[in-house]
Formats: sequence, structure tokens, C-alpha cells
Amino acid sequence: MTNVIKQSVAGLRALLVLTVLLGLLYPAAVWVVGQTVARDQAAGSLVSVDGSVVGSSLLGQQWSGDQWFQGRPSASGYSGETSGGSNLAGSALGDEVARRADAAGLTVGAVPADALTASASGLDPHISPAYAVAQVERVAAARGLDATRVRQLVGAHTEDRIAGFLGEPHVDVLELNLALARLTAIGRG
Amino acid sequence: MSDTVSGLLTIGVLVAALAASHLPLGAWLARVFTDEHHWRVERLVYRLCRVDPSSEQRWTTYAVAVLGVSVVGIALLSGLVVAQGALPLARGAAMGWDTALNTAVSFVTNTNWQSYAGESGASPLVQTVGLTVQNFVSPAVGLAVAVALVRGLARSGGATVGNFWVDLVRGCVRVLLPLALVGAVVLLLGGVVQNLGAPTTVTTVSGGSQVIQGGLVASQEAIKLLGTNGGGYFNANSAHPFENPNAVTNLVQVFLMLVIPFSLPRTYGLLVGDRRQGWAVLGFMATLWGLMVAAVTWAEVSASVGPLGAMEGKEVRFGVWSSALFGASTTGTSTGAVNSLHESYSALGGGGVLFSMLLGEVSPGGVGSGLYGALLLALLTVFVSGLMVGRTPELLGKQVGRREITLTALALLVMPALVLVFTGVGMVAPIVSSQMLATGPHGLTEVMYAYVSAANNNGSAFAGFSADTPYTNLTLALCMLLGRFVPIVLVLALAGALVAQRRRPATSGSLPTHTPTFAGLFVGVAVVVTGLTFFPALALGPLAEALS
Repeated sequence: MTNVIKQSVAGLRALLVLTVLLGLLYPAAVWVVGQTVARDQAAGSLVSVDGSVVGSSLLGQQWSGDQWFQGRPSASGYSGETSGGSNLAGSALGDEVARRADAAGLTVGAVPADALTASASGLDPHISPAYAVAQVERVAAARGLDATRVRQLVGAHTEDRIAGFLGEPHVDVLELNLALARLTAIGRG
Repeated sequence: MSDTVSGLLTIGVLVAALAASHLPLGAWLARVFTDEHHWRVERLVYRLCRVDPSSEQRWTTYAVAVLGVSVVGIALLSGLVVAQGALPLARGAAMGWDTALNTAVSFVTNTNWQSYAGESGASPLVQTVGLTVQNFVSPAVGLAVAVALVRGLARSGGATVGNFWVDLVRGCVRVLLPLALVGAVVLLLGGVVQNLGAPTTVTTVSGGSQVIQGGLVASQEAIKLLGTNGGGYFNANSAHPFENPNAVTNLVQVFLMLVIPFSLPRTYGLLVGDRRQGWAVLGFMATLWGLMVAAVTWAEVSASVGPLGAMEGKEVRFGVWSSALFGASTTGTSTGAVNSLHESYSALGGGGVLFSMLLGEVSPGGVGSGLYGALLLALLTVFVSGLMVGRTPELLGKQVGRREITLTALALLVMPALVLVFTGVGMVAPIVSSQMLATGPHGLTEVMYAYVSAANNNGSAFAGFSADTPYTNLTLALCMLLGRFVPIVLVLALAGALVAQRRRPATSGSLPTHTPTFAGLFVGVAVVVTGLTFFPALALGPLAEALS
């Protein structure tokens, strides 16, 4: 019994000492590295327009209106407070996809998969290049822009696999839409 | 470039990185646990803990120390979680008592099952001084137990298996901390956040609003994967762009999960003085991991020909291949982090990640627990093959007698017993069925997945299951505790039994345990044991769903 108490007291002391090393000094050291060499990443890769933060280039957001490229469906409505997905599968997923297609005026099978499926995070910042191209006509019409010009913009914002093979080709919706807004402003000016 | 070429190249780069790192890291680990000298910082820790680092412990004292640090850890962490509202940086985070207890047990047992959502359940203080600390300590405990078992095999006619406090502190200071620092900086440069900012609400471009979270994420993330923990800072875990922003960080995360478990066979070979033994264990682990990656990838790629492209619950930046690779690796290592939703996988893909856990977390398993799990199966294989060919079952000159095989069998039976009993009860208890998102075979898989994940200390979930109720929190906590500590005590008892034996010289009658034949038999035993135990349940769940 004395051994049990002795070892448990040693355990308590060990945990307290390790908390200082691993729970305070270690995160602090990484924080210092972030502040010195990676300030932007450490802060969340924030994107500003006219001096005010409008989002993060890593986080998808909700876009309302035909004049914007739309992101993927999100089970959490792109809320930053509860990330997550639908967790649906099988026929329950089929019903949900049919509902999403109805709401967006799309036809299952006629659009790329990411147009009708929700991501795991609910914050996917990307869409596939195919889905971006599929939205060009609608966006151009809503903005009164030349479709060729908008298509070029999509091409310029299409990122290939990293180093040519890692991950999937994708389009960052926030960056594309910000470029679109600038293009429209120039067109008007 | 096609998805197939891209996916195969990604796996190729991962395998090359693991092949390059397992020899030096395995050798380093062997040195860490045999070094006669103590580092200055370690001496300071021993002095503060008032333990004598030069004393050796019998298996009983070693086990008491493991249980002592774990019970105290659960008490401290659950206290911290319950009190978080009254502590600094609370930011409205809260958990009920049952969730707090579940969380404390979960992080101390290296499970990292999360009944709470990171954004609202745990304050930055809890995440950092509570969860991050256990993310180091729990894999260091696993490492210590594995090393104690290896000492049982390596030493001849001894009475002691090492000093737990020395093994624990060295695992943290010499192995996990330096690797986590490097990993955290790499992830940080890749875009993982590391700040103390409060959640801020911004007005989005098209006029909506969005809350942007902060947090000391990069430091937590690196050890989450390196220690095969798996508890995410945010609810979406490694699918959240702030935890895993791109395909490079994703590959780094998969590498971090696998690197220590795949290095430990080398450590084993060096510590027992026969590197070929390590190669046999590595061959066993790598074969199972390769098979599971192939199976899950095949299932998901096959499902992706449909109009939904198997993209529900997956991120565009990862696609199907990098999601399947992550899924098979996180379930094979007892990590349980996810970069895609396992519940939305195809029936066979979901069955694949479930099977990967049912193997008992040995492909290549958690930090430490993978090696001792594999050695238990090696002892079983020696016993079975000894019976088949009429030779004395022995491993490394240590006889597998009645005491040894009893301890081995009991340790291997804990997980199946917990899984089948609690899943069975869950199927008839209305309190559980009301928490299921899915119905029919998928619903059975959902509940079974939860108990498999807890009993194997994995922590991933078919996340549609609403597990945050007192009944589920407490039964899952019980599975995590028993699934972790009953095998640990039995493994340490086994180490005590083995260390007392004198090593017998190999004779022409000994069965060699380093040959490809043995490694093949070893894989066969793991698959047959798992298959026979769980086939009925798998037939009612994922197999029935795939066939319907």
C-alpha cells in the first residue's frame, strides 16, 4: 500500500513538472517561432480588403447571390463555431443530395461531385476546377461581364497539385471572388 | 496527371520517407532506453519528483507506477476540465461532468475519443496545459511498457524490467519533445495556426458573418499525430483547414503518425541483439498496413465513379486518395485523427477502417502499444506453430509456457470481449439506438465503431453517433480504461515472467522467428484471430450494407 502511495505521489510530481515543460514551454516556443518567421500563418492566413479582415484564405465562406462563385454545400453553413460534416451515407445521403440539388437548381449527375457534396469540415475553401468552370456563364451573366474574361480568371486561379503530384487541383473560392470583384470594379470605372 | 498516378506517388514518397527514417530513429530509441547517463534536465525532473533514477523496478512496481501516473492524470485533467469556466481563458467553454470524465480518461488512455466539439468544449487553457500534456505522457507510457516487455525478452534470469520514471521522462524529453517541435514548426510554416487570439467575428465579402477561431493549434497538432493521440483542436479534426491546410501538411501528418510505430521494430531488434527479429516484426506491420491502405483506397476509388464521386465528407484539397491513405493510417496506428468522415465512406471503405482497428492496433499500432500488441501476437504465433509442428514454443530462447500463454491470451481477449458485449448491449438498449444517426446495417456499424474505437484506444468515430450522453460517455470511458490498462498490466506481468527465465540456447529444435515464413504465419494468425472473432458482427454491419 505504501508503494502505491509512493508511486502515485511521484506520478503527481512528474505530471506537474512535465506540465511546465510540455504544457507551457513547448507551446510557447512554437508560438515564438510563429511570431518571428510565420506571423501570417500563425494568425490564420487572414485576408483583408480596404484594411478590414473579410475572412481567411484557408476557410470557405457562404456566398449569397448568382454574381458570386459558390463554394460546396456545408453541413454547418460555413460557421466558424461548429466545424463538421453531414456524416450521411447510403439512402439518407441520396435524399439529402436531392434536397441540395433542388435548393441550388442543379441536376444530380450533370454537375461535378463537389457541387452537391458537403465537405468533412464544413469549411472547405476550395472547389474543383470543373465546378468553377461550370459556374462561369451564370456569374458572367449576373455581372454583365464577358464570359471569356471570367473563364480566364478561373484559369488564373486554378491551382495544380502541389509539386505536380500532391493533392488535387483546386480553386480557392474566396480569392477567385475577390479577383472577380476587382475585375467588376475596373469594368465599371 | 491522373488521380491514380498522383495517389501512388504520394504513397511512394511516404514509404520512402519512412524507410529512410526508421533505421536512425529506431537506433536512437534503442540508445535512449539503454543509456547509462542522465541528461541534466532529466536529473532536475527526477530530483523534483523525488525518484531515484538508478534504481530498477520489478514488474509489479513498474505496473503500480504506470497506474499511479494514469489515475492521477485522470483526476487532474477531469478537475481542470470541470473547473475551466472559473479559470483564465475560459471563453465560454464548458462540459458536463460525464463528458469531462470521458475526456480525461480518453486523453490519458491515448484514445482521444471526443464527445465534445473542440470549439465549444475545451478552453485554450485546457487544450494546452491539460490535453497537450497528456498527448505527450500517454504515448510515453505506451513506449515505456513496450520497452519493459522487450527487456523481459532481452534479459536473462533477472528480476527487474527497468525504471518506469526514467523510461517515461526519457520518452518525453529525448523522443517526443524534439520530434514534436520540428513537426510543429513544419506544420506552422504550412499554415497551421498558433496564436492566443479570441474568436473574432468578421463580415464576409458577400455580407454575411463568420467567426474565425484562434488557438495554439500547431503545437497541439504535431504531438496529436506523433503520439498517435488523435484529439483535434477543432471538431472537424484534421479536416479543418486550420489544422491541416494543404496536401503537404496532410502528408506530414500521415508521416508523423507512422514514424515512431514503424521505427520500434528496429529498436526491438537492437535491444534483443538480433536485428533480424526486428525485420520480421516490421514485415508483419508493413504487410498489414499495406493491405489496409490498398483495401480502403480500392473501396473509396471504386465508389468514386458515381455522381457524388465519393466526395461527401471529404475535402477538395485531399480528394479520395489522400483521404483513404489518412483513414487507413489513422485507424492502423490507434491515432484516430480524421481528415475525412469515416461514416460517409462507402460500406466497404467504412468496413475497411473498422477492420483496421479490429486487428488490435498493430498495423503498425500506437506508440509503444503497437509493438507490445505485435509481440503478444508473435508469442501466440510461436505457440500455435509450436503445437502444429510439435516443437517447444519459444521466442528468443524464452519458453512460452502455461503462465506466458495465459497472460498473452488474456491480454488479446480484452478488446474483443469489450467490443462484442457493449455493442450487443447497445443494439438492444433503447438509450443507445435513439442516439444513432443511421438505421439498419449502417447503424450497427456506427455503434460498433464507437466501442471498437474506445476499446482499441483509437478515438476516431462514425461521427453521426451522438455519443455525448451519460450512458455512452461512461460506457465508452470504461472501455477505454479496461482496453488500455488491463492489457498493460498483463503485458508487464508477462515481462516479469519472461525476465525471470534464463535464455536457452537455440537448438535444431527451435523454431526460427526471423524468417519470411514466420512473418507470413504471424500475419495469418492476426488476420484469422480477428476474422474469427468479428466475422458475425462484420457480416451484419458493413458486409450486409455492401451487398444490399
